[in-house]
Amino acid sequence: MSELNQQNRFIRLCERVGKSTISGVEEIGNGGVLIGECFYWLIYGPRIKQPVRLSAIFQQMMEIGINAIPIIALLIASIGTMLAIQGIHTLRIFGAESRVTIGIAFSIVREFAPLIIGIVIAGRSGSALAARIGTMKINQEIDALKVMGVNPVRYLVVPAMIAMVIMVPALTIFGDIIGLTAAGLYVNADLGISMAAFFHDIVDILTVDDLIHGLGKSVLFAILIAVIGVVNGAGVQGGADGVGKATTRSVVQAISAIVMTDMVFAFVATR
Amino acid sequence: MNDQSNNVIEVENLVTYYGDREILKGVSLDVRDGEIMVIMGGSGSGKSTLLRHLMALETKTSGTMRILGHDIDSLSQREFFDLRKKMGVAFQNGALFSSMTIGENVMLPLSEHTDLDTMTMEIMTRMKLEVVELGGFENLMPAELSGGMIKRAAFARAIVMDPKILFCDEPSAGLDPVVSSALDDLILLLRDAMQMSIVVVTHELESAFKIADRITVLDRGHILMVGTVDEVKNSTNERVFNLLNRVPEADSLGMNEYLQRLTGVEVKEESVL
Repeated sequence: MSELNQQNRFIRLCERVGKSTISGVEEIGNGGVLIGECFYWLIYGPRIKQPVRLSAIFQQMMEIGINAIPIIALLIASIGTMLAIQGIHTLRIFGAESRVTIGIAFSIVREFAPLIIGIVIAGRSGSALAARIGTMKINQEIDALKVMGVNPVRYLVVPAMIAMVIMVPALTIFGDIIGLTAAGLYVNADLGISMAAFFHDIVDILTVDDLIHGLGKSVLFAILIAVIGVVNGAGVQGGADGVGKATTRSVVQAISAIVMTDMVFAFVATR
Repeated sequence: MNDQSNNVIEVENLVTYYGDREILKGVSLDVRDGEIMVIMGGSGSGKSTLLRHLMALETKTSGTMRILGHDIDSLSQREFFDLRKKMGVAFQNGALFSSMTIGENVMLPLSEHTDLDTMTMEIMTRMKLEVVELGGFENLMPAELSGGMIKRAAFARAIVMDPKILFCDEPSAGLDPVVSSALDDLILLLRDAMQMSIVVVTHELESAFKIADRITVLDRGHILMVGTVDEVKNSTNERVFNLLNRVPEADSLGMNEYLQRLTGVEVKEESVL
């Protein structure tokens, strides 16, 4: 009897794993189709009098980018200062604390600015996108758009996607400047290296490749955040509870995807 | 005999499955130009699914559907969008965009589909809001309106492009009798003043009898009958009679059939009691 129960439990476990795998593959497929549809509406939309509205893009850029500036400035300044503190502490062991600038420059520009900004935008705007689309779906607002002859992807998704792709790299550049400045201020206070000398070192150390490395990642993160937010929002079932679950899933999936993509990108682009 | 050229909607043998479940089982229906067709039926009869098909929001399993003379399966994307502009929908909960004012909601189809300047669109929006007696409410948000007012605003948005066909999903649901009656009057006004063909899904008998030119009675995915108000009221069909007289399903079925429905097991005559 207990052997039979164990067998049943194993079968149920296999079923659950199978269902999760299929649903995961389906979501990835939906994400791919969504990206394709975005390109379609961007290029083909104006020909059938369904252009993507610039006003909608600017509105999304304000929400995603401009309104996030204070929190991003605070976080990236903290990261810059922390890197300076840890860098000086570690290099002091070897008596090489004056070389801290190298670590700070590479870490912020290639890694921390895109990563932290990606995570903040995933938590702030990706979740908001999932909640918005999910709420619109359960309130039949998406159906209302379709019946009006307004394609929801063109009207809701493309502006958010374009705004993300513009604003996440823009915020990354902003983050680079704030992070490096905060680190420079700490280095100046601790080691007495002037800000001018600090930034002179930074300019000497960093190449265009390093900047592109960070910005390239941020573009990928932007697409991931938008696609994951929309796929989760569009998949909402039930009522407010479904929206809550989709929002949480969206944040967890986006942050996981960002961190894993970051690792793969670093592996491919750094070795 | 109905003249087919006078039909704005023609549905033939529509079959729809959700998974393994057959929801619509070969529904055939036509809606004539300028008439109010009410689709009635109990819960789970498939009336909302049928409405979603008529609005081209669902993919059918088989059957044909012509809207305003166009076979919707053979339309290009552009033709499909053009057809959409001739259809308006007032959803059960209004489906107004919560982030927009009432005026912006009503104006949205105009701003998306026309090249009119903002002032003209604002004037047209105010005119449609006046039609539904919501003049002066254009700057309020949907959350600031009552249920009846939200439905009226949804009607204003649905008619802003002067559609040929208007779909209404449960317009009276959740409203008090006075507001519900006022909405019925509004539907009649839209048919008479704007010559629209209107399809209404409802299970409110009083409302259906007041507004309908013809009534389609659906039951478990089948059409029981299509007829005028008097024809439906005088129908000898048992299931139509039960629906109109609000006879619970358990009472209308035999004991064996009811047990069989509940258990999924065939119940023989002698096994009962």
